[in-house]
Amino acid sequence: MKRVNLEIVGVGGQGILTSSQVIGGAALKKGLDVYMSEVHGMAQRGGVVVTTVKIGEEVYSPLIGKGEADVVLGFEPVETYRAIEQASKKTWVVTNTTPIVPFTVSVGDEKYPSIEHEIIPSLQKATDKLVTLDAEALAKEAGAAITQNIVMIGALTATDVLPLNESEIKRSIEDNVPKKFVDMNIKAFDKGYQRTKDIMDQL
Amino acid sequence: MKELLEDESGKKILLLGNEAIVRGALEAGIGHGSTYPGTPSSEIGNTFEKIAKEYGMYFEYSANEKVAMETAAAAAASGVRSMAWMKHVGVNVASDALMTLMYSGVRAGMVIVAAGDPSMHSSQNEQDTRFYSQLGNIPMLEPTTPQEAKEMVKYGFELSEELELPVLIRTTTRVNHARGVVTFDDLQEADGDGHFEKDPARFVAVPQNSVRNHPKLLERMERAEKITEKSEYTYSIGVENPELHVISSGAGFNYIREAKEEFDLPISILKLGMTNPLPIDTVKDFIEDAERLLVVEELEPFLEEKVKALAKEVNPSLDVYGKKSGHFSRLYEYNPDRIKDALSDLMEFERKEEPLETEEHDLPIRPPSLCPGCPHRATYYAVKKALGDREGVFSSDIGCYTLGVQDPLNTADYLLCMGSSVGAAGGFSKNTDQQVFAFLGDSTFFHSGLPALVSGVYNQHDFVYVIMDNRTTAMTGHQPHPGTGKTGMGDPAPMLSIEDLARGAGVEFVETIDPYDIEKTIEVFERAIEHDGISVVIPKHPCALIEQREVRWEPYQIDQEECKQCHICTDRFGCIALVREGDEVMINETLCVGCGQCAQVCPFDAIKQEGK
Ligand SMILES: Cc1ncc(C[n+]2csc(CCOP(=O)(O)OP(=O)(O)O)c2C)c(N)n1
Ligand code: SF4
Repeated sequence: MKRVNLEIVGVGGQGILTSSQVIGGAALKKGLDVYMSEVHGMAQRGGVVVTTVKIGEEVYSPLIGKGEADVVLGFEPVETYRAIEQASKKTWVVTNTTPIVPFTVSVGDEKYPSIEHEIIPSLQKATDKLVTLDAEALAKEAGAAITQNIVMIGALTATDVLPLNESEIKRSIEDNVPKKFVDMNIKAFDKGYQRTKDIMDQL
Repeated sequence: MKELLEDESGKKILLLGNEAIVRGALEAGIGHGSTYPGTPSSEIGNTFEKIAKEYGMYFEYSANEKVAMETAAAAAASGVRSMAWMKHVGVNVASDALMTLMYSGVRAGMVIVAAGDPSMHSSQNEQDTRFYSQLGNIPMLEPTTPQEAKEMVKYGFELSEELELPVLIRTTTRVNHARGVVTFDDLQEADGDGHFEKDPARFVAVPQNSVRNHPKLLERMERAEKITEKSEYTYSIGVENPELHVISSGAGFNYIREAKEEFDLPISILKLGMTNPLPIDTVKDFIEDAERLLVVEELEPFLEEKVKALAKEVNPSLDVYGKKSGHFSRLYEYNPDRIKDALSDLMEFERKEEPLETEEHDLPIRPPSLCPGCPHRATYYAVKKALGDREGVFSSDIGCYTLGVQDPLNTADYLLCMGSSVGAAGGFSKNTDQQVFAFLGDSTFFHSGLPALVSGVYNQHDFVYVIMDNRTTAMTGHQPHPGTGKTGMGDPAPMLSIEDLARGAGVEFVETIDPYDIEKTIEVFERAIEHDGISVVIPKHPCALIEQREVRWEPYQIDQEECKQCHICTDRFGCIALVREGDEVMINETLCVGCGQCAQVCPFDAIKQEGK
């Protein structure tokens, strides 16, 4: 089995840790080796969060080199672009389009690029294997904006890059989110999964 | 994390390095644990917090790392297996105790975990803590993975008892905060029932005793020199007659090993698990017939220089590559790219990566920032209002409040380490005629702000001493401290009063204020500035993340008709929920927690809560 490398990027507070644990937990259950790196500490206060998940028969290190990601899963479009050097032509780039504008922009020091006119066109030029989705809107449809992270897991699963299927991931969601939110999160998963399948069908 | 208490040998579970460290201690029957939190070690304490009681051990958050080290040392002297853990700079705080503890040693096993942070993800420096092992003659183990961290902690207790010395386990962020598959061994029951057998000649470090105990330490380390040669955590992997020999330890080993497997490299790697004392014979054997050697270790050339000295003895023509040769840097953590870059200069192999061709965009930086509703922001705003046109010198400290360094608050001008705000403020006040402030948090006050306060009162320093009491140790994940009325085990505790401590130290001006009332806070700071000598102001309001677990307020909105676009809210106050588009200011509803601070800041009452 070929090793699968995921680079998950976003902003502190977006629920990235839960997402990586959902995937890691499912892989372990399947008897695979998993090695991940997480971010705890200062960056959790709204800074850049970069998490990796590597799955295989035997995994030796928790980090990913340039061009080595099989999927770049971006929870925020500018952060997706910041991490783009981890992607190659073979990489699926799956990104949420909902922006989180850093305070440096509001304070007037910096400019936030246009997602629609700058970031997405640049991503389209760089790769054909691109999935863009408004995870916030899909999460709200599922019940609450906080399920954005699970929408993204649905999208990731739909790329079929993971050595894990839909039901294996869903079981792991049940293990990793509070009981009373399971239904809402499963709905969120399905929304992300379906939207991505639809996009991929058109590629 | 109750799973950590399962006595199910052979069970495989996905654990954070820090959780694996806890499991290792449980498998060794730990009886005492003490710490002061610090990234990347904090989750060790957070985990013990949840399970210590059920497991039957004693666990405490000490006021600082030195106290944590001392309590653990006394436990081990009383025959109870103990562990003290801290971030790398915490070892600096504890080092005074540690250096002499090595002379007297321990009876039951004692493990010290020192968690380094190469690249400074959450730290003020990236010092290579391994040098303490040499300075103090401390046996040291360097794990590479969560699994190995668990095993080394467990083994560390045995080694400590064999040598009668504390054992240092030196980790780094990519071990502490890596999550990997860990296999359980049997759980042991918690050690307890200590009894201290007096032995002043050993345990009382007066000169005449230390004169005798220092040679004992050296003898013990001589025994360690034999043990290190046989360590199961030191092993070599790779091919016979390799093109390149590699010596590595710690997280760096993971990347070189991965590169070896991935590209099928004809190399041989000696992975060192116990790095103090260095297994000299093992290293000599490994390099004797080598032609070229690469040393892979993060930060300082700790191994490299020793290996070079050994090469002079056994293989003077050996080419040693590493930091001195420029293949590696002494800066920041390593990653697969840095390893491949170094390797590709030394051998042929086909690198596979084909990064995408992308257009350049100026992406905005995204530093961490104070949360919406954070009481620290109001305090800083009030201080600047109270100062008006006068210049203030802001001597800062370490905690969430350090984020005031950013625009638009800019309330941090000088910072060294935890507690430094107070001593430095005294220095500024004695040597300049500027208005000086010291800013520190409640946890930092108990950690090291208190003795500095005493010193300042005694020496008649003149500054405003601001203790930003958010009722928790927020930055590292909300641990309790001596002012919170709760212990690490979750039991009630005396709630130490910062006011009483300050008054007891002889401060005349001591005032507590809720910073959410910005007007009153400004007024208190105005009087504090006027006061001669040290004036203590305690802005007291719970950390917003904690408060928001219990209360829910409606978000605020900006009435665009009332808004005069003066931008005081964004340019002076700067809550991250205030978003500016062109000249228009809006409130991000998802981020806004409804604290109402910005509504007080707006001179035109344009910021309103729904329906009010
Ligand atoms: C010697 C040392 N120990 C621990 C740390 C890690 N650390 C950084 S900030 C902090 C505590 C901050 O708590 P507090 O002073 O209450 O401020 P808050 O974050 O709550 O605003 C700690 C423990 C450190 N940097 N240095
Ligand atoms: S965690 Fe608490 S103290 Fe830290 S920035 Fe957020 S609100 Fe402020």
